[in-house]
Amino acid sequence: MLLLFFSTLLVDVHGAELRVGSKRFTESYILGEIITQAAAQANEATVSHRQGLGNTGIVFAALKSGAIDVYPDYSGTIAKEILKIDGPFDLALLNTRLAADGLGVAVPLGFNNTYALAMLETQAATLNIKSVSDLAQHMQLKYGLSQEFLGRSDGWPGLAAKYALPATLPIVGIDHGLAYEALAAKQIDVTDIYSTDAKIEKFNLRVLRDDRQYFPAYDALLIYRLDLPARFPKTWQRLRQLKNTIDEATMIRLNADAELAGQGFATVAERFLNRDIAHQPAQETQQNFWTRLMAPDFLRLTLQHLNLVFVSLAASVAIGIPLGIIASRRPSFAQWILSLTGVLQTIPSLALLAFLIPVFNRIGTIPALAALFLYGLLPIVRNTYTGLTQIPHSLLESAEALGLPAGAKLRLVEMPLAMGTILAGVKTSAVINVGTATIAAFIGAGGYGERIAAGLALNDNNMLLAGAVPAALLALMVQWGFDLLDRWLISPGLRRNPAHN
Amino acid sequence: MIALENVSKRYSQSVALAPLSFAFRPQATTVLIGPSGCGKSTVLRMLAGLVLPDSGRVIVNDLELSNANLSGLRQQMGYVIQDGGLFPHLTARDNVTLLARHLRRDNDAIEQRLTQLSDLVRLPSALLERYPRQLSGGQRQRVALMRALMLDPPLLLLDEPLGALDPITRYALQGELKSIFSQLKKTVVLVTHDLHEAAYFADQIVLMRDGQVIQTGVIDDFQKCPVAPFVSEFVTAQRGHVPLAN
Repeated sequence: MLLLFFSTLLVDVHGAELRVGSKRFTESYILGEIITQAAAQANEATVSHRQGLGNTGIVFAALKSGAIDVYPDYSGTIAKEILKIDGPFDLALLNTRLAADGLGVAVPLGFNNTYALAMLETQAATLNIKSVSDLAQHMQLKYGLSQEFLGRSDGWPGLAAKYALPATLPIVGIDHGLAYEALAAKQIDVTDIYSTDAKIEKFNLRVLRDDRQYFPAYDALLIYRLDLPARFPKTWQRLRQLKNTIDEATMIRLNADAELAGQGFATVAERFLNRDIAHQPAQETQQNFWTRLMAPDFLRLTLQHLNLVFVSLAASVAIGIPLGIIASRRPSFAQWILSLTGVLQTIPSLALLAFLIPVFNRIGTIPALAALFLYGLLPIVRNTYTGLTQIPHSLLESAEALGLPAGAKLRLVEMPLAMGTILAGVKTSAVINVGTATIAAFIGAGGYGERIAAGLALNDNNMLLAGAVPAALLALMVQWGFDLLDRWLISPGLRRNPAHN
Repeated sequence: MIALENVSKRYSQSVALAPLSFAFRPQATTVLIGPSGCGKSTVLRMLAGLVLPDSGRVIVNDLELSNANLSGLRQQMGYVIQDGGLFPHLTARDNVTLLARHLRRDNDAIEQRLTQLSDLVRLPSALLERYPRQLSGGQRQRVALMRALMLDPPLLLLDEPLGALDPITRYALQGELKSIFSQLKKTVVLVTHDLHEAAYFADQIVLMRDGQVIQTGVIDDFQKCPVAPFVSEFVTAQRGHVPLAN
């Protein structure tokens, strides 16, 4: 177990590797894959793709910390969301401001993927809504907006202010990958879209005109660490050739190949780089659940998932049981220890992951393990504490009166008596870990969550299930495994119906 | 010598032991008796080092009981409580030998002692492989006694050892215990609330009330020369409303 842990450490600090990042939506996955494959063509560095790293905040933190070297982003996002620039901006200004962090932007890819609001064409026509200004006349409309758009400084708050839309509008937060279906099912009326989304046409949406010019330009480009060109000059040369190679129509086509035709991101990128994209649209290759489930990455994802769950669990046990013992010995500590581990449990997993990236100055396995370790503590600490404090007083006195020193008393009497409760806590942690580990994919730690994240981004239920089903099965197997462990570790004398010898 | 010198103990509001001095007769059976809350169990638990006195000294084997020598002195005493205090996760055998194994005593010696003890308390050796749950109340007390005697300690402390048993088992075990005590010649301190049991076991009875010793002696002294009205009251109450014919 420990060896496994250190091996993951070693992989993470590997030096001659170029790491490409991407955010958790289709276009970013594809652009990340294009950058990765183009970089690999230079034959200079080992190139890896940390894909689907959550939102802008997480992926930018990863870049700043050096966990990744480059990722695709948009000029408007960098200016408004990251640098908080008021008013107009250009690439020179972005580069001046980013230089302080050792970062820069370059290689505009050739298209502008702006934010926009959209609604069903039929409904828009009925209500005669053509621009964002028109929305003010229709207060009954329901807004389903992506979480990121709701929070961004170039997103909803500024837009609502610019167009004088009241704060009382009915707004729900919704994952971007699900927004189109929600529109089609009339669960929501208005959503935020990217102008290169493939589904605008498929779902027959009307993109509302930004008549007060609220949204800035969102030119797709590379944001990178300034040491990259020096570390990998040939690779950088190759990446610069991507400049102006993707126009808006091409990007919509690429998105459609992935989202509508069900092609893998790697395949889409490969076809683009081999220039057989414009001629023929991709064949409909939506794969069924079984093909998705048994895809070649199954073994890798399983091992990654097991690694995440059990390495973090081992750490939780190694720290949690001693903490529980201390708590049971010192009532004044107990309150602190139990409250502290309890508070850890209430931090949303994605927030904890995002917080841990700058702490470790890296993304991937290490912060994911740390987060899972922290989540795993509470059930183990609490159950160790409960198990030890619930031992009948008369038994503790008997052990003491027998003349057993404190250490032997703990080892020979108290721990075996509390073992059932402690194991139940470890089991709870393990099962929770299997579920929580799926979130780790958002910061590039792999595991079944990779499929769930991709499935969410693509709105591909088979892909999503191909990640969720094995995770659920793993949780069941962990549960059974612990039931077996119970029989081995808990004395028959403590079971309800001991067999007579 | 085993003695209490001016020991006192308070539990928050109430006095458990008023300053109290008492020397236990070596190799004899002393029975502590008295109504609930009189302090008899506190005395026993103090001798076992489970309760520390607020003031005064507890002397066991000529040494003042202190945190430093507690572990060592406890190996010089056997302690048995009402429900036996057996560890439910260990078989009877492992309960009895736990401390000896922890002290890395010789295995053959442990086995030999085990046979000796199961003969002494008349426990069929097949029962040694059972867990406490699988034993009757009387069997559990026999195992508890074996555990207390494992290292052959000079001092034996028993807190209501037969209190939880049905009358028939209790009657049989009383007879056996008495013969064991007289065979072993150990210093025995036994707590009970039953005057008949006290009279049967005791070389010396100590009657207590409100944390103080009221009278010591044999049963005849209590019946014929009570030092206080409380003593007669206690003796009469124990006789019951309906004396049974012999």
